[in-house]
This record gives sequence, C-alpha cells and structure tokens, in this order.
Amino acid sequence: MMGMNGDTACAYAVKQCNPEVVAAYPITPQTIIVEVFSEYVANGEVTTEFIPVESEHSAMSTSIGAAAAGARAYTASASQGLALMYEMLYIASGLRLPIVMTCVNRALSAPINIHGDHSDAMGARDSGWIQLYCENSQEAYDTVIQAWRIAEHKDVLLPVMVNIDGFILSHTLENVAVLPDDAVKKFIGEKKIPVVKKPNGELTPYVLHPDYPVSMGAIDLQDYYFEHKRQQAEAMKHALRVIKEVGEEYGGLTGRRYGLIDPYMMNDAELAIVVMGSTAGTAKYVADLMRSKGVKAGVLRVRSFRPFPRDEIVKALSKVKACAVLDRSMSFGSYGGPLFVEIRSSFCYECQKPIMINYYYGLGGRDTPPHLLEDVFYDLKKIAETGKTGEEIRYLGLRDDREADNYKAELISFKDLNEGKIGGR
Amino acid sequence: MSEEKSWREIPMGGLTWLNSIEYKTGEWRSFRPVVDHNKCTRCMQCVIFCPDIAIKYKPDVNMIEINLDHCKGCGVCAEECPVHAITMVKEKD
Ligand code: SF4
Ligand code: SF4
Repeated sequence: MMGMNGDTACAYAVKQCNPEVVAAYPITPQTIIVEVFSEYVANGEVTTEFIPVESEHSAMSTSIGAAAAGARAYTASASQGLALMYEMLYIASGLRLPIVMTCVNRALSAPINIHGDHSDAMGARDSGWIQLYCENSQEAYDTVIQAWRIAEHKDVLLPVMVNIDGFILSHTLENVAVLPDDAVKKFIGEKKIPVVKKPNGELTPYVLHPDYPVSMGAIDLQDYYFEHKRQQAEAMKHALRVIKEVGEEYGGLTGRRYGLIDPYMMNDAELAIVVMGSTAGTAKYVADLMRSKGVKAGVLRVRSFRPFPRDEIVKALSKVKACAVLDRSMSFGSYGGPLFVEIRSSFCYECQKPIMINYYYGLGGRDTPPHLLEDVFYDLKKIAETGKTGEEIRYLGLRDDREADNYKAELISFKDLNEGKIGGR
Repeated sequence: MSEEKSWREIPMGGLTWLNSIEYKTGEWRSFRPVVDHNKCTRCMQCVIFCPDIAIKYKPDVNMIEINLDHCKGCGVCAEECPVHAITMVKEKD
C-alpha cells in the first residue's frame, strides 16, 4: 500500500512496466507523471530511454517511431497537449501501434481552464484509440498495467488511452495497493512483434527492422484505405472481449476485477445514474444514501467508452425505470452529450427501455458534490412516478438553468466604435 | 494494382509489400539528370541533396553515378550543383 495521487500512481505503474521509450512534454495536470518518471530515470530505477520532447506533437511522433521499431512506448498528456497531438493520434491507431498514454482529463481553452472535464478525450473519441476511464487512483495504476496487455493483444493491436480526471484524481492523495515489480513484469510479459501476411503470401514481421525492410502507412487511396479502416473497426470489436479477459486475469492476481462497465447496486435498481470517471465514486456514495431512504438507486459506471460496450449497457439498464446520463463534455449543437447520445441510440430498437435524461455536469472542474447527485435521483424519482420526462437535456450545478431566450450579443460597426459610441477609454 | 483484395486479406497499417529498393520511383520521371563528368569537381553536394538517395560516389572510377531506377527527376541535384555539371534533359515519351 502506498500513498499516491493519480499521476504518481500512473508513473509508478509505468516504472514497473519499464517501457523502452517514454516521450513526454509536461502539461498541467499531467506534469507530475513526467516529473516523477524523470526521477525514476535519473535514479536508474528504469532502463527507459526518456525523451523530453519539444511539444506533444513530437511526444506522440516519438512514441510512434519507437513503437514502430518494436519498443514499448508510453506518453502522457492533457487538454491542449492532447489537442496538439490530434494528427498523430490517428497515425498511431492507423499504423496499429500499441502505445499506452495517460490522458489526465482537463477542459479545453477558451476561456483558459486547467481543471478536470472530459472535453479533451472526447475530442479524440473517433481517433481509433481505446479509451478507458478510471474512477480512482487505484484503478489508474491497475489500468496502466492492463493497458499493455490490451494494446498488444494480437486481435487488437491498438493504442490505449487511460483517462483520469484532472486534479480530482491526478492531485489527490489516495491509498494505492501496488504489486511487486516482478508480478507486473510477469503480467505484462515480453513484448512480441506481430507477423503479417503480405498479399503475395509471404510472412513479414510488422516492425521497422533493417533485415526486413517495409514501409508502414504508405499511400492508400480509394482502393484500400476503406479496407484498412474496416480492419480497425474489427480490432475495436475484439477489444471488447480482450478488455474483459485482461481485467479478469488481473483480478485473479490482485482481487480487483475490471470489465467494460462497473454496475453498482444495479440488480434491482429502478433509478440509475450513468457516469464515467471519478464522479462515479460520489454517485455510488449517494446511491447508498438513497437506498437508506428506501429509494432503489443504482449507478452504472462506463469504464470503456471506446470500444463502446453497447450490449452490456443495454442489459444493465433495461429494467431501470428512469436513468440520468451524466456528460462531462459538451458536443455543441448536438442533441445531448457524447455518452447520452450513444446510450440513447443503443436503446433505439429495444422494446424495454428506461426514460432517459441527460445532464451536463462538472465542466471546467465545476464541483459535483453529493447533494447535486441527490437532486438527480429526486428528479428521476419524479419522472418515474409521473411518467413525464420534462426537459431532456439539463445542466447540473449551473447557475440559472432556465432555457435561454435572450442570450445574444449586440453588434456595433467599427465606425461607431471609433467614434466612441459605447464608451471606451 | 491487379486484383483487389478484401479487408481480411491485406496486411494491417498500410504495410507495403514492395520495399523502397524494389519500388522503382524512377518510372515517374519526365526529366533525367545528365552529368558532365569533365565539369564535375566531385564536391558531393548532389549526393547529399538528392531526396531519393539516388546519387552515389564511386571511388573506383572517381565519378558520381545516378541510379535511374530510383531518380524521380526532381532536378534538385542540377539546382544545387555549384559548377552546373548536371543538366535536366527531357525523357522521351
Ligand atoms: S533529379 Fe532528383 S532524384 Fe534524380 S538524382 Fe537528381 S536530385 Fe536525385
Ligand atoms: S554537385 Fe556537381 S560538382 Fe558536385 S559532385 Fe555533384 S555533379 Fe559533381
């Protein structure tokens, strides 16, 4: 047992995995990972080649180069950093390189904000990366270790993004149970190189090696690009199975089992909150509170957002009367947040489905204390009793959540502006 | 490309089955570099600048040699040669 915050827990897990290359650029709230890891390097506790790059774009490029040469590569980022990596994210997944990255979720500018929300990762949700969202620092540690096994599985071969909520997890001290170094080493095993069949029938290792010259990611036009994307879709489908298998095997080792979803008190739940990340912890606490008041409350935490465990979510929610899906990022102009939209469409052809409402919450690190989640359960109770959904898209913890009708800017011409029509200096 | 294969039959990641030695980029060329070995001072500028690494210095004959299988005719060598020893000549159609 060690006292660690989420960032240190990730760095410690990476230390035990001892990847060949870590290329990273510091950004709040991910900085501690890079800082702590560079100490491990300086102390000789790892044999990792640590490359302090000049930007996140380079961090991902370097990871791609390293992984293409057969190395295990790790990086970490957040917010604007992840946004700067965007172009390279698609290259990592398109080249099928099993890179592991921690994304310490943080809001995106503008206005500038350093605190936790899921806008950064959600912007990259279609980049072909597996996305796992952690509830606490223990899970962050456990997931970084499992991530290599998922990423490098022969049926998957996709990069994995381990998401932890900025500050709430990254900077909060927690008790984290750690494995002995050799148990981690044994669990992740030796890095293997994929062998692929060329169209002429010959086998070739999928790695940059002078004895087996190949080009990766070469131009792929109308004739084959589509086929390669179809392969990635298939790999994501396999990942649904592999994430569960690896989570089970890890559970056998540690007693902490992980799956695609994490249902809490869902067996007989009539009202449920669906949420990702650290807020699930608060929601579980509130569900206990509601249970003590005789309300059949439950929480469904979605751990894997990519691949999206559609079947498991439908199964977990189908008997619920009303559920609230909580989104910590906005999809502007969309009818609901990313998690809500996906869950609602999962139920499209189901006969038995709960009444669903969507809450945007916690943007820019806005606090989501238990009483707000209690309010959500009371809203759900009313909906279940009356059968009336009311407002489908709602805002939790926002001052004045009435529908806006007069929120707009006024325009002024430059001429009027220069003539001082509206004050100024 | 002769026969188009399904997504199940092709290697992942856009892996090419011809490596850059086998793949003859010289087939695109519309202009060919021609070296005047009398003018050439063996300064090696063209060897460094050629983006296709198509120019080599042959010490046995003390001459530079252009590999026309891979020279794509970009003209960088002709542009960079300080003594204008390389001229670009139109390929015949
Ligand atoms: S024309 Fe271009 S490709 Fe050909 S030898 Fe000169 S520099 Fe190289
Ligand atoms: S740059 Fe010109 S002078 Fe120099 S080696 Fe090439 S051809 Fe000869």
